[in-house]
Amino acid sequence: MSERRIRVLVAKPGLDGHDRGAKTVASVLRDHGMEVVYTGLHKTPAMIAEIALQEDVDVVGLSILSGAHMELFPRVREELVSRGMERVLMVGGGIIPKDDMAALEGQGFAKLFGPGTNTDSIAEYIKEEVARRWAEEGSEA
Amino acid sequence: MTDATRASLADRLLAGERGALARMISWAENAHAGFPAALEAFWSRVGRAPRLGITGPPGAGKSTLVDELARAVRAQERTVGVLAVDPSSPLTGGALLGDRIRMEDHTTDPGVFIRSMASRGSHGGMARAAVDAMDVMDAYGLDEVFVETVGVGQAEYDVVAAADTVLVVLCPGAGDGVQALKSGLLEVADVIAINKADLPGADRLATDMEESVHIRTAGREVWTPPVVTCSAGRRDGVERVLEAIASHRAHLEDHLVEHRRAKRVQQVRQVVGQRLDHALWVTGACAPRVEAHLREGVTPYAAAARLFEDLTRSLGDLVQEPSA
Repeated sequence: MSERRIRVLVAKPGLDGHDRGAKTVASVLRDHGMEVVYTGLHKTPAMIAEIALQEDVDVVGLSILSGAHMELFPRVREELVSRGMERVLMVGGGIIPKDDMAALEGQGFAKLFGPGTNTDSIAEYIKEEVARRWAEEGSEA
Repeated sequence: MTDATRASLADRLLAGERGALARMISWAENAHAGFPAALEAFWSRVGRAPRLGITGPPGAGKSTLVDELARAVRAQERTVGVLAVDPSSPLTGGALLGDRIRMEDHTTDPGVFIRSMASRGSHGGMARAAVDAMDVMDAYGLDEVFVETVGVGQAEYDVVAAADTVLVVLCPGAGDGVQALKSGLLEVADVIAINKADLPGADRLATDMEESVHIRTAGREVWTPPVVTCSAGRRDGVERVLEAIASHRAHLEDHLVEHRRAKRVQQVRQVVGQRLDHALWVTGACAPRVEAHLREGVTPYAAAARLFEDLTRSLGDLVQEPSA
């Protein structure tokens, strides 16, 4: 009678006061049947990783519009790895140049989504990717 | 998966690993096949933490008050686990879980563990998952366990009713005392906090609640829920709430074991009810048998009576029909 659902943390790292995008994505993921925890603004990488751990999420989605993504995204990843969460699916979005997206995708981020992305396609991507990972894990998780 | 790996998650939980605490709560909420065996492994450590249920209408300030209560617990150098339950969408099954935003000062405090849980709408399943999650937090060694729900609906009611002490949070401007009475919240309350007491109407609401409590308890040998006022957002009056909770705990002290056993009976009832329902109607033969009765043209009540008779015959002493 297992009834597992995809749990997602939508987080805003650093000094960035704009969360309309994060809230939009959080709502869309909710409408796709996911359980979404939203952190609110101005979180440190350590806070985000600690929340991800306590909430035992499958996905961490970072939203950033401040330009500090090359600094903050890898630090969130480090904090997650230091808590044994290297297997969590990491995605991100915001105003991020294409080269930076490629660089982050080489540093443990599964996918970055830029402005103009169809929000349903984000949900579909997460569903497919998490389903694949769950199948790999078997019933171990 | 082998039993060995199941035991190891329980071992890691008992060894104080936060990741194992988080994962074991997931097992509880997913009704993971390994959970019953894991519970067996840590059951001897369950029952130490006092459990506080917090409920009330949306916007009454529950999360803010929980935040302040957690701060007070930490000031006494005790640790606390908070389970924050939010409703799932009945349409998509998804949920937005935002209660922890109001508790963010505690995020990096190792003495506080906050977990959001979606109600997932399943009848009885919510209460089971929440009680299991509280057992996990308790076994992990957190000194206090809080569970917070929006005070609507049977499922949420079942969740808080499983706590040792139930704190009902109300605030002025969200309906009068009669509405609080109608909602049934007062029946489950051990302590009533009127939050946002700096707003107009708070004194009136407190008086109404005292009156309602008096009407319910006068002349009966039952606990009289204290009514206290506070403004959690201004950190005002929180100590009065704590004192009221402490007074209920002191009242429970002599019969806490019986009090908890009675609540465990309800938990077992839910578990058995779900399994029985599944065994009778999903995997069992009740549905085709009832269909056959109905095909003969009998009324639904007659079909039910026939099935009930068949069932009670095989259940023997366990069943006692209500006298008409």
